[in-house]
Amino acid sequence: MSALFLLLFISICIALVFLIAFLWSVKKGQYDDDYTPSVRMLFDDTKQEPQPENTSPTILPKH
Amino acid sequence: MLPNPQEPALRTDLVCYHCGESCRETTLFIEEKAFCCDGCRLVYEILNENNLCSYYALNPSSGNSPDKAHYKGKFAYANQEDVRAKLLHFTNGQQAHVTFFVPGIHCSSCIWLLENLQRIEPGVLSSSVNFPKREVTVIFNESETRLSSIAERMTMIGYEPHISLSDIEDSKTSTVDRSQWYKIGIAGFCFGNIMMMSFPEYFSIGEIAGQADLQRTFTWLNFGLSLPVLLYSSRDFFISALGAIRSRHLNIDLPIAAAILMTFLRSVYEVFSATGPGYFDSMSGIVFFMLIGRSFQNRTYETLSFDRDYKSYFPVAVTVISELGEEQIPVTNLRKGMRMLIRNQEIVPADAILLRGDAQIDYSFVTGESDPVSRQKGELVYAGGRQAGSSIEMEIVKPVKQSYLTQLWNSPAFRKDTSELEQASMENKINQYFTLGVFLVALASAGFWLWAGDTHRMMNAVTTILIVACPCILLLASTFTNGNVLRILGSNGFYLKNAFVIEKMAKADTIVFDKTGTITLSRDTQVHFDGRMLTEDEITAVYSVALQSTHPLSASIAASYQGKERKSVSEYFEFPGQGIQGNVDGKFIQLGSADFISQTYSPEGLNKTRIYVKIDGEQCGYYSLQHQLRDELPALLSHLRGKYNLFLLSGDTDADRQQLSAWFEPDHMLFQQKPEDKLNFIRQLQHNGHKVLMLGDGLNDAGALQQSDAGIAVSDNLNNFSPACDAILDGKLLPRLNTLLDYCRSGKRVIAVSFAISLLYNAVGLWFAVRGELQPVIAAILMPITSISIVSFATLTSTLIARRKGL
Repeated sequence: MSALFLLLFISICIALVFLIAFLWSVKKGQYDDDYTPSVRMLFDDTKQEPQPENTSPTILPKH
Repeated sequence: MLPNPQEPALRTDLVCYHCGESCRETTLFIEEKAFCCDGCRLVYEILNENNLCSYYALNPSSGNSPDKAHYKGKFAYANQEDVRAKLLHFTNGQQAHVTFFVPGIHCSSCIWLLENLQRIEPGVLSSSVNFPKREVTVIFNESETRLSSIAERMTMIGYEPHISLSDIEDSKTSTVDRSQWYKIGIAGFCFGNIMMMSFPEYFSIGEIAGQADLQRTFTWLNFGLSLPVLLYSSRDFFISALGAIRSRHLNIDLPIAAAILMTFLRSVYEVFSATGPGYFDSMSGIVFFMLIGRSFQNRTYETLSFDRDYKSYFPVAVTVISELGEEQIPVTNLRKGMRMLIRNQEIVPADAILLRGDAQIDYSFVTGESDPVSRQKGELVYAGGRQAGSSIEMEIVKPVKQSYLTQLWNSPAFRKDTSELEQASMENKINQYFTLGVFLVALASAGFWLWAGDTHRMMNAVTTILIVACPCILLLASTFTNGNVLRILGSNGFYLKNAFVIEKMAKADTIVFDKTGTITLSRDTQVHFDGRMLTEDEITAVYSVALQSTHPLSASIAASYQGKERKSVSEYFEFPGQGIQGNVDGKFIQLGSADFISQTYSPEGLNKTRIYVKIDGEQCGYYSLQHQLRDELPALLSHLRGKYNLFLLSGDTDADRQQLSAWFEPDHMLFQQKPEDKLNFIRQLQHNGHKVLMLGDGLNDAGALQQSDAGIAVSDNLNNFSPACDAILDGKLLPRLNTLLDYCRSGKRVIAVSFAISLLYNAVGLWFAVRGELQPVIAAILMPITSISIVSFATLTSTLIARRKGL
């Protein structure tokens, strides 16, 4: 039966790891803003390559 | 790249590439892209130069047109040491962090652009947007850039940071309160594990296996796990309950705290006397569910503030003229005798005497007067008005803290006691009866078992009754229903301060309206012309002349002719306070007061503002302005008329009396009401036993909004300043007020039904408890089933009703 005590100890330790992970994520501010990150992740990574002088952006205006 | 601005085009269907407004007055072109004004064109140029045109790819034509009244140096005050120290929330001399409130943030393009601020403003290291709060946090290098230049750069691209006096004066609570999440997390963790370790107990596995140690270990572990729940997660309930005891009244948290404590003590007794496993699972479960319910109900609207005072209306600094020249001085440092310069659209921050310029002060927000007030040199101008027109110079006679507006605001009558609100709520009343009932049942069963001579059962019965009949389920029902109602109303554009307001609105029998800004739109004036027919050429000429002036009355006339042809004006001249004149295509146009035109029309109906027109010396007639009712408002008023007592309180003249008499009884309309009058009128109504709902928009309604049972601030731009109130209503939604009030009443009914259901559950639990037979297993099964079923019932029904009402 001592195996059961060991398992008990391990299971609580694992649960504690998750609890600490949650508390840590709260502390880091992950729950402060639940909207902006969902938009931010959809932005393309900006390329900083210098554009030639004459090329205009290739976006067409929409109405 | 050179822009090639063209002559005004006749194509009216063009839409500005930047802001999406249709290009009316002028159209500028860059590479076939149309822009409605210089400001928009400039933003495009800045973005184009910095290779940031993906801004337009994300959301086409969604930019903000930069503020035309902006002038260089507007944010110079931000560099002053004391202001700077208040604005920065971190600095080490090199790197500094600042958070700006930017009301203009509205779409994903805004987020993208503002987070790429470092590409436009050198010295900015990084920036991040908090969209729900409309905030931008900028990290910048102090040796490379300054606060003022960041703010100015943001203004240039259409995102002007809003810095108000309250940012500077009030102590900033920059630390976000995250304890709610910690509490829920810890309670959830403990609850889950306690449940897990209680399973053997539920199914008597320990006994079968003959492992008493194992069972004891589980029990002790449960005890250990329940401690953080009791000591940390449920702290708020105990603090609030203690407060209630101290002030000698019953509040909602008191029975909850009692139940938690009772369950814990009883469980501890069982553990230490080795008589049972205790009810730790029920205890932590209740705390966990209650915390979730609370966080759902208290989800606040982060962009909105319901407790604003004049401080968030006032600017941070004004331009002061001294021997040294113009200088920006924080409003708090203004002293008597200083000369300040107030530009177009700026707010007069202190009572002052006009020294120079044409003062046209718009007090619509402060007093409810719809027309701008004209002031002559040497006259006193009260703080709070907004100058419309050219710049004026004035001398301060009273510092900000002593001005009329500030004094009015600080009067105690303008504050609301919220504890009363809580006291009177339906939940609280039912709760009181419920608590009383539970104590009676406990006493009765104690008496019965004592009479039967079974003291062990007596103890058992009394404690389990108190455990099982915890009012938590009642409260879960109301918190989840209220939370859902708040959420649904909020998604429609009606934002309530807290759940108590729902009930206040459901109970109201009298609705009091403010006029200016609430049922009429102060900006949308209808211009009537009386006189001979004007030819198309004459209209063009009048329009062109009216466009020259920033005077609000000329602006109204110009707005009514928007889209007409426009020509250049020569020999234009403005006579402050009287009128304007100019030459268009050889026509000499004069617009102004009767005196100015030397008009011979008999000035009947003096309270209506008139602008007389003279063309080449011929008197052609006059323009009069009438304030327009909001769309669909007549329908709403006719609807409400049968159900509520309707009143109208206006700070304005009674010019609109005729127009409104269709919906309001003659003696239900009161005009020229001062803020105090409005407050007293509401108080009088309440004194006569009415439950009053007040709708207003300006500072002049603030007192009445506070005094009424439910004060609703109507706002056409939610990010603008609105006075302290219980709820903020998007102006567009006002026509649906009837439906909204109906829905609040339905919400109350849902709660009543949920209460009935939870009482049923309680009866089942009590059935076992009274007999002294409540096993932890039964408690453990009852608790989650009741909680979850009540929560889903409350949420589903309130959502269904909302859908049926079209909300």
